[in-house]
Amino acid sequence: MKRWKLFLPLTFFLTFCVLLYVGLFMENKSELPSMLLDKPLPEFSLKKLKQPQEAVTEGDLKGEVLMLNVWGSWCPACKVEHPYLMKLAREGINIVGVNYKDEREGALQWLDRLEDPYLFNIVDEDGRLGLDLGVYGAPETFLVDKKGVIRYKHIGIIDDRVWKEDLKPRYDALQKELVK
Amino acid sequence: MNPELGLFALILATCLALLQSIIPLVGSYNGRLNWMATGKTLATGQFIFVLLSFMCLVVAFVTDDFSVQYVASNSNSLLPVYYKVTAVWGGHEGSLLLWILTLTGWGQVVALRSGKLPPELSARVLSVMGMISVGFMLFILLTSNPFTRILPFPPADGSDLNPLLQDLGMIVHPPMLYMGYVGFAVAFAFAIAALLGGQLDSAWARWARPWTTVAWCFLTAGISLGSWWAYYELGWGGWWFWDPVENASLMPWLSGTALIHSLAVTEKRGLFKSWTLLLAITTFSLSLFGTFLVRSGVLTSVHAFASDPQRGLFILGYLLVVVGASLTLFAFRAPEVRSKISFSLLSRETLLLLNNIILVTSCATVLLGTMFPLLLDALDMGMISVGPPYFNLLFVPLSMLLAACLGIGILLNWKKGSVSWLKQQVRWIAIISVIGGIVFSFLYGDRFLVSEALAMGLVFWMVLTIGKDVRNKTRNSGLLKGLRKLKPAYYGMQLAHLGLAVTFIGVALTSGYSVQKDLRMSPGDSAQVGEYVFRFDGVSQRQGPNFVADYGKVSVFKDQKQITVLKPEKRIYTVQNMPMTEAAIDPGLTRDLYVALGEPLGGDSWAVRLYVKPYVRLIWLGSIFMALGGLLAVSDKRYRVRLKKKKQALMGAKSKSGNGTQDDTVTTGGQA
Repeated sequence: MKRWKLFLPLTFFLTFCVLLYVGLFMENKSELPSMLLDKPLPEFSLKKLKQPQEAVTEGDLKGEVLMLNVWGSWCPACKVEHPYLMKLAREGINIVGVNYKDEREGALQWLDRLEDPYLFNIVDEDGRLGLDLGVYGAPETFLVDKKGVIRYKHIGIIDDRVWKEDLKPRYDALQKELVK
Repeated sequence: MNPELGLFALILATCLALLQSIIPLVGSYNGRLNWMATGKTLATGQFIFVLLSFMCLVVAFVTDDFSVQYVASNSNSLLPVYYKVTAVWGGHEGSLLLWILTLTGWGQVVALRSGKLPPELSARVLSVMGMISVGFMLFILLTSNPFTRILPFPPADGSDLNPLLQDLGMIVHPPMLYMGYVGFAVAFAFAIAALLGGQLDSAWARWARPWTTVAWCFLTAGISLGSWWAYYELGWGGWWFWDPVENASLMPWLSGTALIHSLAVTEKRGLFKSWTLLLAITTFSLSLFGTFLVRSGVLTSVHAFASDPQRGLFILGYLLVVVGASLTLFAFRAPEVRSKISFSLLSRETLLLLNNIILVTSCATVLLGTMFPLLLDALDMGMISVGPPYFNLLFVPLSMLLAACLGIGILLNWKKGSVSWLKQQVRWIAIISVIGGIVFSFLYGDRFLVSEALAMGLVFWMVLTIGKDVRNKTRNSGLLKGLRKLKPAYYGMQLAHLGLAVTFIGVALTSGYSVQKDLRMSPGDSAQVGEYVFRFDGVSQRQGPNFVADYGKVSVFKDQKQITVLKPEKRIYTVQNMPMTEAAIDPGLTRDLYVALGEPLGGDSWAVRLYVKPYVRLIWLGSIFMALGGLLAVSDKRYRVRLKKKKQALMGAKSKSGNGTQDDTVTTGGQA
């Protein structure tokens, strides 16, 4: 064996570390608020998950305060989050799903098996809407006001703490805003 | 006072670890036996102080000392006392402390048994383990101190342990897993000591082997416990999710499995030396990397874990130092000479090499799948998450290939074999396996499944080749007599291989033939799933220690006879206001009946999930076989008899060298 070959593992490892280092600070970046904050929802026209013949556009999301929850049946953390979304849905919170980069079959099965906390789901199969929204992964949740403007973004799962400390106060405040 | 005592003990342990990483190592170079011997004492001291520190944390939990921040955020006065104890490792800080306790525990055992090793080797091994300790202890002290107080206004009560972790499986899963992860530190320390000393022969392999195997057994047990926990606790009926955290434990297992096979070749034939060293380093690095993945929040799919870049940065730095240094050492010191020992293309060596290639490829596949999203994101190519489809596509065929090689590898002898001999050996086995697989898949279930036929064929193949090999080994002296002659190491190996076959059956049949139904059921409703009838008898309520639960009653019938009543629960843990699903399972060797309660659907009706999962238990039974097989192999007298001889020889040497040291001191004294 040539000596230089014995350096290959080291080289590989160092490259790998660079990647991890970059990854570490990327996580930082993703904690920054989305560029779209306080801007209207991006334009889109996509199908609904359960009613594939119906199209949804950004206009359909106006009129009510709602939470736009980005999820996929491939995402383990979404599984953890799901029971809490069900609880919120039962309390009458409006949640619209963005089924992000998912297979239709899997997503339907998920909703069937776990029940459906969403008013309806927007199918974002190729992730275009996700890209426009600045989505980093799933789950992510956007608070959208009555005028269809994104007012807050939460990355990661929603649990009791996140809801009570971050989301509920904002959700309630948005409810009280008047539409001129 | 108690938490401060814990912190103090931990700081003391860190100092001892620092000494342990320097003194024995230096001693091993300038030949001072008393310096080398300090390693053992320091390892014991370190273990005792870490244990003390850990006990302090346990006491803080049991006595509900909510002035300690870690206790306040992971426990609650209503929590049953056994969960208070396990809550110690329910969060980041405490599980790190458990990690260190395990590490120093291993160090203590190594110290106890190291009398049988050459003093230089044991000194270096202990020093390397000391260095690993120092890093982790600094990590705790600098970034994750579990003893931090919230003063002067401690909360009245704690915010409770995550309900997911309030469970028997969680009590045993992390300690087992850590025993495995950290156990590979011993193999790693042996590898580094070999690189430092340049001694890398079959004696070295024989010393390193039992440690590696024991660590592997623990890791096997730990992973399967985790999978079992996910199965009954998450209420999904799945047993493996390809979650990054699961992958983090699977990677060291795959590379550790490769390591124990490669060590066998190094011991028996003196081959694959550099490769074995590299695997030992890789396996432990992957264990560290697993810790990094879980603790740093570097992957988006582990959003659920606290992401703390500072901690991540520390672990990355640590990884860089430990792995970087050892790989540099490897690059400069690994034996370069191509072995003169040769083996033919068709021999056990070749098949074990294949085994290693397949396992390492699988490991790389998992690594790639886990890191790919990050890579793409780093290159600004957008987010992507590779899910189970990717893993199944690559991992399943690789496992099948591994199973196919296993059969041949077992039968072949070391050094050389001939094609005609092998043909004659496996001819019938191959035919039976092919027919067996196809016939099985036709008879079982209601449709023919190619992948299940293939998997079952391979099960036949593995079991029959194992049987054939036992038959070959006992041919000369008759079956019974021959069986008695076979060594525990041989039985251990075959038991572990049989375990793989058993797991194969479980995986194949569960994934192929599980039946599930999601129904809306009102009291009195019945549903047929497979050959079982489930009758929903309504939901009642009960009060647990720290939760309220709706529990359903589901009676299960088969052929008109009642088999069991299952009581799945839907709990609300009151402190965190968190809902949890507790599935009810009627376990059986041939099938599990699995009922989970969904949501109330108005009136008396509920969403109910019913599963019949055939042979799912075999997945874990197989891994129990593997772990037991490993332990059986370690119990082989071969390791102890020779060690004993070695010990006697060493004792002689020691008493002599003991004198030598004394002389040394005297001389020094004289000079002074």
